[in-house]
Amino acid sequence: MRIEIRDVTKSFGEEAARRRVLDDLCLTIDFPHVLALLGPSGGGKSTLLRLIAGLDLPDAGTILVNGDEVPDREPALREYRRSLGVVFQAFNLFPHMTTLGNVMLPLTEVHGVDPATARGRALEVMDRLGIDDHATKFPSQLSGGQRQRAAIARALAAKPRFLLFDEPTSALDPEMTAEVLELIAELKETRTPMLLVTHEMGFARKIADQVAFLAEGRVLEQGVAGEFFSHPRSEEARRFLAKVLAY
Amino acid sequence: MSITSLFMETGGRSAPRWLRIFWMIVLLLGLSALCTLVMGGAAGVTRKGWESVWVCHKVFWNGWLLTIWISLLSLLLSTGLGILVALARRSHILPLRSASILYVELIRGTPLLAQILFLFYVVANGIGLQDRFVAGVVILSLFSGAYLAEIIRAGIDSIPATQLESARAIGLSTFQTYRFVIAPQALRQILPPLAGQFASLIKDSSLLSIIGVTEFTFAAQQAFSATYRTMESFLPLAVGYLALTLPISLLSKHLEKRFRFET
Repeated sequence: MRIEIRDVTKSFGEEAARRRVLDDLCLTIDFPHVLALLGPSGGGKSTLLRLIAGLDLPDAGTILVNGDEVPDREPALREYRRSLGVVFQAFNLFPHMTTLGNVMLPLTEVHGVDPATARGRALEVMDRLGIDDHATKFPSQLSGGQRQRAAIARALAAKPRFLLFDEPTSALDPEMTAEVLELIAELKETRTPMLLVTHEMGFARKIADQVAFLAEGRVLEQGVAGEFFSHPRSEEARRFLAKVLAY
Repeated sequence: MSITSLFMETGGRSAPRWLRIFWMIVLLLGLSALCTLVMGGAAGVTRKGWESVWVCHKVFWNGWLLTIWISLLSLLLSTGLGILVALARRSHILPLRSASILYVELIRGTPLLAQILFLFYVVANGIGLQDRFVAGVVILSLFSGAYLAEIIRAGIDSIPATQLESARAIGLSTFQTYRFVIAPQALRQILPPLAGQFASLIKDSSLLSIIGVTEFTFAAQQAFSATYRTMESFLPLAVGYLALTLPISLLSKHLEKRFRFET
C-alpha cells in the first residue's frame, strides 16, 4: 500500500485573511507500517490527514492511493471514504445510539452487511478492543477511553484499507491516554496500515515505524522514527524536539 | 413541617407531589368560584339556559369532530411542508432557498386572520376552490408549515458539525445522514416547541369559523345565536379545546423524559 501526495496546496479563510496551511506539499508513504505525523501546532498535520481521509479537497495537487487518484467529487469521494477508517480527537460517536449501534451502523447501512452478520462482526471487534461489556450502553455512560475504543471499533469493523487517527488522545487524561495508546500499539499486529497525527512523542518513538515532520505547510523531514528522534536533520525539527522533549 | 413549607420550596428540596397537586386544586376551585360569581351576575347561568343549549349538543359534537379532523389533516400536511421548506432553506440551489425564506417571512409576518380572508376570498375563489373545509385545511397548513419549518431548521442547526463529519467519515450518504444522525437527534431537541406548535394549530383552527367552516367555534357561535346564552355556549367551547391541547402538552412532557440523553 502506498499513498503519494503530490504538490498539494490548501488554504483557509477569505481574501486578505487567507492562509496557506499546506504549501506544495509532497510526501510518499509506503505501507505496511505506522506513520506518525509530527510537528508544531498549525503546521498542517490535521489538514493533511483530512485531505487523505477525503473529508476536504486540496486547492491544487493530487493524492494517490495505490496509484489511484482520490476522487474530487461525490459520490465517488464517498466510495473512497467508505474504504478507510477515521478516528477523531473528540470520538464523534453518535450519542443517541448504543455502542453496538454505533459500531454496526456503517456495516449495515454503508457496507450492506445483513444485521445478524453485522452484529456478530461488531461484537467480535468490540471483544478484541475490550468493550464488549459496554455494548448496550450509550456513549454518555462510557469513560473517555472507552468512548475512543468504541470509535476505533467503529472504524475497524468495516475492515478499512488503512486507518487514520487525528490526535486520538488529545481529549483524554493521562491514564486513558495510556489505555488508548496501548490499544493502537496492539492494532499494529493486525497489519492495518495506520497514519496518526499525535503529540505523544514517546508513543510515536516506540510505535511508529516512520515519522514525517510537518512545519509551515511542508514536509521538512521524513524517516525512520528512531533516527528522527536521535538525529533530526532539519533545524526546525531540532528546535521542535528540544522544546517538546525538554519536560 | 412548618407553615412556610406549605407555600414555598426551601432548602433546595422540591415540594412533595401531593402538595403541588393540592395547590393546583385550590387554584382551580378559586377559578370556578370566580366564574360562578360572574355567572350569577348579568349572564345568569340557569338550568334552563343549559337545557336550551343542550338542544344544540349535536352541533357542538359535530363541530368538535370537525376541529379534530381539520387539526389532524393540517398537522400532517404542515409537518410535511415544514420539513420540505426547512430542507429547501439549507439547499445549495439558490432559488429554492430564496423561495423558502420568502414563504416563511410572508407567513410569519402577517396575521392568520388576514391570510384566511385573503387566501379564501381572493386566491381560493380565483382558482374556483369552493370547498370551505379543503380551503381551511390548506390555509391552516400553509400557516403552520412556516412555523414548523423554522422549528425544524433550528433543530437541524443544533446538531454539532462533528456529528456530520463523523457521518461523512463512515461514508453515509446525505439521505442516510439525515435519517440516522440528524433526524433522531434533532427530534429530541425540537420536541417541546413542536408540541407547542401543534397545540397552537388546534387553537388557530378556530379562526376558520370566519369563512364559515362549521368547526367547533362556529358551532358555539351558532348555539349562541340560537339561544342567546353566552356562558352556556362558550364555556363548553373552552373546555373542548383544552380537552385537545392538554393531552398534547402532557404527551410531550412524557416523551421528553423518555428521549432524554446526555451528550
